Amino acid sequence: MPTDDALSRYSDWTYFAAVAVYVVAMTLYFVEQALSRAPRDEAKVLVSAGAPEAEGKQRDVAFPLEQERDVASPPRGERFGRMAVSVTVLGALLHLISLALRGVAAGRVPWGNMYEFGSVLCLAAVTTWLVLLQRRAPVRHLGGFVLLPVVLLMFLGGTALYTTAAPVQPALQSYWLVIHVFTVATSSGALLVPGVASVLYLIKTRNEADPEKLAAIASRLPAAETLDRLAYRVTIIAFPAYTMAIIFGAIWAEAAWGRFWGWDPKETTAFVAWVIYAAYLHSRATAGWRGTRAAVINAAGFAVMVFNLFFINLVVAGLHSYAGVG
Amino acid sequence: MSVDSVETAAPPEATPPGGNAVLAFLRNTWRGLTSMRTALVLLFLLALAAMPGALLPQRSLNSPKVAEYIAAHGWWGRLLDRLQFYDVYASVWFSAIYLLLFLSLVGCLVPRTLEYAKSLRAKPVLTPRNLSRLPHHVESTVDESVPDVMARARQRLRGWRLVEREEGGGTRSISAERGYLRETGNLVFHFAMLGLVVALALGKMFSYEGQVIVLADGSQFCNSGTLGYDTFRPGLRVDGTDLNPFCVKVNDFAATYLRTGQAESFRAGVEYQSGADLDSGTWRPYRLEVNEPLRTAGDRIYLLGHGYAPTFTVTFPDGQKRTSTIQWRPVNPQTLLSEGATKLDQPGVTDPALRRQRQLAITGLLAPTAVFQGSLMDSGFPDLLNPAVAVDVLRGDLGLDAGRGQSIFSVDQSLVNDGRLKRVARANLKPGQEVKLDDGTSVRFDKVEQWVDLQVSHDPTQGWVLVFSLLLIAGLGTSLVIKRRRVWVRATPADTGTVVEVGGLARTDRAGYGEQFDRLAAELVRGGRPDADR
Repeated sequence: MPTDDALSRYSDWTYFAAVAVYVVAMTLYFVEQALSRAPRDEAKVLVSAGAPEAEGKQRDVAFPLEQERDVASPPRGERFGRMAVSVTVLGALLHLISLALRGVAAGRVPWGNMYEFGSVLCLAAVTTWLVLLQRRAPVRHLGGFVLLPVVLLMFLGGTALYTTAAPVQPALQSYWLVIHVFTVATSSGALLVPGVASVLYLIKTRNEADPEKLAAIASRLPAAETLDRLAYRVTIIAFPAYTMAIIFGAIWAEAAWGRFWGWDPKETTAFVAWVIYAAYLHSRATAGWRGTRAAVINAAGFAVMVFNLFFINLVVAGLHSYAGVG
Repeated sequence: MSVDSVETAAPPEATPPGGNAVLAFLRNTWRGLTSMRTALVLLFLLALAAMPGALLPQRSLNSPKVAEYIAAHGWWGRLLDRLQFYDVYASVWFSAIYLLLFLSLVGCLVPRTLEYAKSLRAKPVLTPRNLSRLPHHVESTVDESVPDVMARARQRLRGWRLVEREEGGGTRSISAERGYLRETGNLVFHFAMLGLVVALALGKMFSYEGQVIVLADGSQFCNSGTLGYDTFRPGLRVDGTDLNPFCVKVNDFAATYLRTGQAESFRAGVEYQSGADLDSGTWRPYRLEVNEPLRTAGDRIYLLGHGYAPTFTVTFPDGQKRTSTIQWRPVNPQTLLSEGATKLDQPGVTDPALRRQRQLAITGLLAPTAVFQGSLMDSGFPDLLNPAVAVDVLRGDLGLDAGRGQSIFSVDQSLVNDGRLKRVARANLKPGQEVKLDDGTSVRFDKVEQWVDLQVSHDPTQGWVLVFSLLLIAGLGTSLVIKRRRVWVRATPADTGTVVEVGGLARTDRAGYGEQFDRLAAELVRGGRPDADR
């Protein structure tokens, strides 16, 4: 099937336009972050509320003290934050258009090589973030921290990993490409958000233990508990999706490679990431493992996902070597 | 390994004086093993232990690469070998970790299942005396009577498990709970996990996998024994005698490529017979493609690869002819430049000593689309557009009767070094061209055939693995989405109407329960006059 060069070029332009727009949005988020006052009162209230599972008298809203925060926020930061969200939406739309054009240009779904996979992953991360904001989580000013890895990944994808639009090889010509790769990309992208939240949680608790440390960032972060819940709420959606993605992969492998599981490097690392996220869910229910340890595990889980994306794709040769790089 | 319950480490039991210390030790070991902490540690160990398998070459995937790695890394490579780092998933330590995890899982599931069975029959807990001490609480006075309030509450709490109780003095209360499916899902997930591991283990025993190269010129392969295969990997309980009978005939093979040389499609036209067809001799056609294995007789047949097989005709001085078509192997997967060795005996030579002087080998390179730089040949494209071979013809002792196995793709280089095998010609040939040897023998390159690499796989438990995987997903989804909630409603008759109190408690995932409870409570006390509490 021939590829349409003009469409493919437009796709590349919109891709980089999306990256540029994300950079603008990220800057706006950081401005909001810098202008917002340190939410000292909030932190105090939540610390006094005790351990996460304690069933004490407390308002069990999705994200505590939303209304109070809104009142306390200075309008300056607020304005930048709202602009940031609008710009993010614009970026996501451009991003979506770039993927759609790519798909039309190549005459297949736009996730057939590493560049495209990274693009879908990033769009999933941004979308997850926008959905969270839709749920009125008082974490808008953290958007910059989510967009930072997204922009980095997309820049890397658009330069070092870039591949021209082309049909895929026979092994990938299956409807499972649509299902398996899409679920992997989107669930991995969604897991980026808990990864970021967990790292911020670690910064926050480090600062709580010793106010001298990391004060510049931590003082403007929401309460540790909010970050912990943010990570958990996204993980419990993304983890089953990721599990499904692995199972879809196994079903496809049975048809394509003659076995549903063969400890191919990519499969192995996916298994390792899965076990780590399983450990995360268990740790949140184990005394002495909640909080910091759980956050470390969640961040480690995402680190393995990134390792799986880059190291295993580019360095280790295996059956999943479809990066199309080099 | 519960996601909800909170466990603490087993306190060390005090051994009763004169008591059975061994029993206490066993009990404590069991408790330790089945605690959540241990399970967590084991999960980490499992993740850690699986990792080397992705980073080091593995025998199960590529054993030549393992040998290469060991050779390149000296004592370190040998040490890793002794520690089973090239067979991670069959190693003692990896097995130990997952067996312990398995035990830990069983030890956790048994008591939890009993608990669960009990809770299925249990009624929701008594209404607490003081509802205002709960995390969620609303109080209001309404004009309705106590039975009306209760009726409306029952109506609103449909789908919850509830029990209504008389509390004396005309006061009545409802205790309601929901989200029992959460634990159901949780148990289903973990039992599915167990089932999956058992199915996998059984699969490892009774499965087999074999590979065979078949020429795509109407050649046949029958699954009658392990000797028919080029490589055969049996499960622990497979001795190769009882393979599912079927035959496959490969009629043709076609590959299409993009202009860049990237493959676009592979397709083999095959016919197969199994079951009753074997007796009646019926052949059924099938289009074998990548991603489209042929499933028959409980086995699966896959198209794994393809390559070229040159046909050479050797005409000996006495006029006798020998024609041979044998697969050569691709050395460059992009251009399918292939190498190989076609080995021949001169017909009619019976004296072993003479034979060892007269054997011929045609060895070198085959390019499906030949491009020449001077006399150097390379392949420019994987498709069969302009085939050519660049071959050496060797004569002498091929070592075929030496009793030593040798590759079908090359000649034994040591025989060349010893001078027992001599090069007698070197030529680049296109189809139809030939080269004459000094003794008058001519070697003609006739044409190129295609071959396909077929894999036959047999795994009787993979259907079960799929079933357990689906159960696993269903259980996981349920256990993470469903939330356990408790609600109590108490209606107390008062002078001005009925005092309605609603209390709520989130047993898991408190996030989001606030708004939910507020909506529920508002409906339950509808028409009421909100009092001070909120």
